[in-house]
Amino acid sequence: MSAAESNGANAVLSVDHLSMIFGGLVAIDDLSFEARRGEITALIGPNGAGKTTVFNCITGFYKPTQGMMTLNRRNGETYLLERMPDFSVNGRAKVARTFQNIRLFSGLTLFENLLVAQHRVLMAASGYSFKGLFGLKGYRAASDKSIAKAREWLNRIGLEARADDPAGDLPYGAQRRLEIARAMCTDPELLCLDEPAAGLNPRESQELNALLRSIRRDTDTSILLIEHDMSVVMEISDHVVVLEYGRKISDGSPAHVKNDPKVIAAYLGVEDIETEVLADVDAPELKSKIQPKLQLAVTAKSVSAMPPSKAEANASGSGRKKSLAKRAKTAKPATGNKAKSKTESKGGR
Amino acid sequence: MATQTLTTPQTRIQHAIKEGLFAGLIALGLFVLLIGFKTDQNIRNELILVQRWGTLAIIVAIAAIGRFVMVAFIAPQLARHRAAMSSTAPQAAPQSWFKANFNKLAVVFLLLYPPIILSLVGVQGSLKWVDNFGIQILIYVMLAWGLNIVVGLAGLLDLGYVAFYAVGAYTYALLSSYFGLSFWILLPLAGILAAFWGVILGFPVLRLRGDYLAIVTLAFGEIIRLVLINWTAVTKGTFGISGIAKATLFGLNFSPGPDGFAAIFGLAPSSAYYKIFLYYLILALAALTAFVTIRLRRLPIGRAWEALREDEIACRSLGINTTTTKLTAFAIGAMFGGFAGAFFAVRQGFVSPESFVFLESAVILAIVVLGGMGSLSGIAIAAVALIGGTELLRQLDFLKEIFGSDFTPELYRMLIFGLAMVLVMIYKPRGFVGTRQPTAFLHKDHKAISGAFSKEGHG
Repeated sequence: MSAAESNGANAVLSVDHLSMIFGGLVAIDDLSFEARRGEITALIGPNGAGKTTVFNCITGFYKPTQGMMTLNRRNGETYLLERMPDFSVNGRAKVARTFQNIRLFSGLTLFENLLVAQHRVLMAASGYSFKGLFGLKGYRAASDKSIAKAREWLNRIGLEARADDPAGDLPYGAQRRLEIARAMCTDPELLCLDEPAAGLNPRESQELNALLRSIRRDTDTSILLIEHDMSVVMEISDHVVVLEYGRKISDGSPAHVKNDPKVIAAYLGVEDIETEVLADVDAPELKSKIQPKLQLAVTAKSVSAMPPSKAEANASGSGRKKSLAKRAKTAKPATGNKAKSKTESKGGR
Repeated sequence: MATQTLTTPQTRIQHAIKEGLFAGLIALGLFVLLIGFKTDQNIRNELILVQRWGTLAIIVAIAAIGRFVMVAFIAPQLARHRAAMSSTAPQAAPQSWFKANFNKLAVVFLLLYPPIILSLVGVQGSLKWVDNFGIQILIYVMLAWGLNIVVGLAGLLDLGYVAFYAVGAYTYALLSSYFGLSFWILLPLAGILAAFWGVILGFPVLRLRGDYLAIVTLAFGEIIRLVLINWTAVTKGTFGISGIAKATLFGLNFSPGPDGFAAIFGLAPSSAYYKIFLYYLILALAALTAFVTIRLRRLPIGRAWEALREDEIACRSLGINTTTTKLTAFAIGAMFGGFAGAFFAVRQGFVSPESFVFLESAVILAIVVLGGMGSLSGIAIAAVALIGGTELLRQLDFLKEIFGSDFTPELYRMLIFGLAMVLVMIYKPRGFVGTRQPTAFLHKDHKAISGAFSKEGHG
C-alpha cells in the first residue's frame, strides 16, 4: 500500500492487496504492486506462481476474490478494473493484452485482424452500422484512418507484404508480433503481454525486444509483461516484480531483483538443498574448480546424473528440487546467449 | 489402388469383371431381404409375402455394372487426369471467363428467367417452372442466406432457424386475416417481430457454446411450433390459417376480376402472372439479403461476427462486446427468416404448423454447410442443387415405369439428400465454395483464403 501511494501519481496501474482464491487454492495472496507510466514492468516467477492469474484479473477475465486494481488514464480518469466487464477493461480503461497461447483470428487476414482491433472506434463512427450500411461520409473518414493505422503497425512489425494472408499461415514468431500489433491497435495505455517471447528463437526474441522498446519510446503505452526468458526481462524491463506461490517476494530494478537472495532461492533452490546436492558430488578437486556463479548449473547436472533412487530421496526431501534444477539449467543458457544472439540478429538484418 | 498398377487393358477388364461380380454379390446379399421380399396385405387382410425378383435384379445389375464401369473405365480415366493435373503447374491455369463472371451471369439469368420460361413453354406451362422451381428455390436461398449470418459468419450453430420463418409467416397470416393489413406493411413488421424473437432466443443462449447452443436453439424451434399447434384460439392449431390475402403491386391486384392485372393489360387471365410477380418479389428480397450481408461483412459489425467465430476470448480482449455482437447476429439472421416467412404465407395463401418442422431447419442448415459457410454464391448453388434436385425428383415420372406404378420418387428425397451430403463432404469438405473472401485488402493482388484456416465457431 505504501509503495502504491508514494508513486501514485506516476502509476498507470496499481494493484492493492489482490487475492484470488479458486476453491481451496490460493492463486494470488495479498499482492500489491504498481506499473509506472512509460515503463516496462516485468512480472516473473516460477511456473504456477500466479502470473497469468494476475493478468486475467487485471484484464477482467477473472473477478478477484479481494483487492483493488486502479488504472489511471492520462486524461485523469480512474477506473477500478475489478468492477468492469472484460470488454470494457479494453474499451474504456484502455488495457490491452496478448495471450500465452496465441489467440489470433487465424481465418482472417493480418489486415483484418488489425481492423477488428479497432472495432470500437469504427463501430461508433459507423453509427452502429446504420451509417456504414449506406456508406455515409463520417464512416469513410474513420475507415481510412483505421486502414492507415493498420498499415503503420504492419510496417512496424515487418509484415506489410503479408497483409492479405491469413493470420494462421504466419510462422510462430510473426504471429506473436501480430498479436502485439493487434493489441496496440486498440490504443491501449497499458499493454499486458503474457509470455511474448515463449517459443521464439534468440533472433526473434531480439526483434521482440526492439519492438517493445519502440513501443515504449514512440507511443504512450506502458507495458506489463510476464516472461520466462531472462534475456528479455533483464534487458528491457525497468522494473521487475517477482511472484512465488501467489505472493510477491521481490520488487525493484532488474539488477536488484537478480541479486535478491529470495529470488535466487525461489528460482534455483534454497541454500540447504544446494549444500546437500554438492555433498553428493563430493569431489574436492571438482569443488575447487566450480566458480561460485556456476554452482547452480552444477547442482542441476548432479541431480540429473544421480541414480534415480537417490534423486528421488533428495527430491522428496526438498519437494521441488528436481524442477528447480531444471529451471537452473534453462535459465542459464538464456542469459548466456545474449551476446551471441545479438550478433546473429545484426548479421541477419 | 490396384487399378493403377494394371496397365494392360486386358487384365484391367478381367479385374473389372471380377470386381463387378463381387459388387453384384454384395448387393444381392444386402438387398435380397430388403428389396427382394415385401410383406403386404391381401384382400382378406392376410399378411402375404410379395416377391420382387425383377426389382432386385435391377438393383443388383446396377451395382455390378456400375462397379465394372467404374473400375474398367472411370478409375483409369481419373488416374490419368490426376496425373496430368499434377504434372502441370497447379495454379498456372487462369480463372475461366465463366468462373470469373459467375455472379453477374447468375443475376442476369435470374432476372431473365420468367421471360425465358414464358417464351419456351407458354403461359400455362410456365407455372410449374416459375413456382415450383424458381420461387421454391429462391425462398430457400433467402433462408439459407439469413441463417448464414448466424452460422456462417458468427459461428453460432442454430438448429431452430425455422422458428423465425414461422414467426414471419404467422405474423402475416394472423395480422392480415384479423386486421386486414396489407402485405407491404406486414412484410417489415414480420421482419421486426422475427428479429425481436431472435433477441429473445439470443438472451438465454448467450452463455452457451457449441453443442449446448445447438440443443437449446433446437428446443426453441420446437417450442414455437408447439405454441402454434396448441394456441388454437388464435392460430387455429393444426388446421392452419387459410385464405390469406394476396399481395398487390402498388394497389394492383392479381385476381381474375375486371380490375385485375391480366384484364388491365389485356392478357388472358392466368395465375401465372401472379407467380411471376411473386418470383420477382422473392428475388428482390433475396437480393436485399445478399446486399445487406455483403455490406455488413465489410462493416465493423460483420468483422466482429467473423472474429467471434474465430475466437471469442480474443474478441473480448479487444473491447468487443460479445453479448451485443451475438444478439445482432441472431436478430439480423432472424429478420431475414421473418421476411421469407411473410413471403411464404403470401405465396401459399395457407399456413399451418406442419410447414415449420425441424426437418426444415435441418434442410436450411444443410444448404449452408453444403454451400460453404459464409459464401453467398456457394449457398445459392447448394440451394439450387438440393431444392431443385428434390423438385426434379418429383417430376421423374418415368421412374414409375421401372419400379412400378406405386413408386413415388419424392419419398426417396431424404435418401438422395443424405447421399449428396456425404459425397459433397467427401470431395469438398468445406462446401462448394471452401474459400473465404477477405473483407478488406491492403494490396491490390489479393486472393481468397483457404477455408482450412477459418474456424467453424464454438457457439
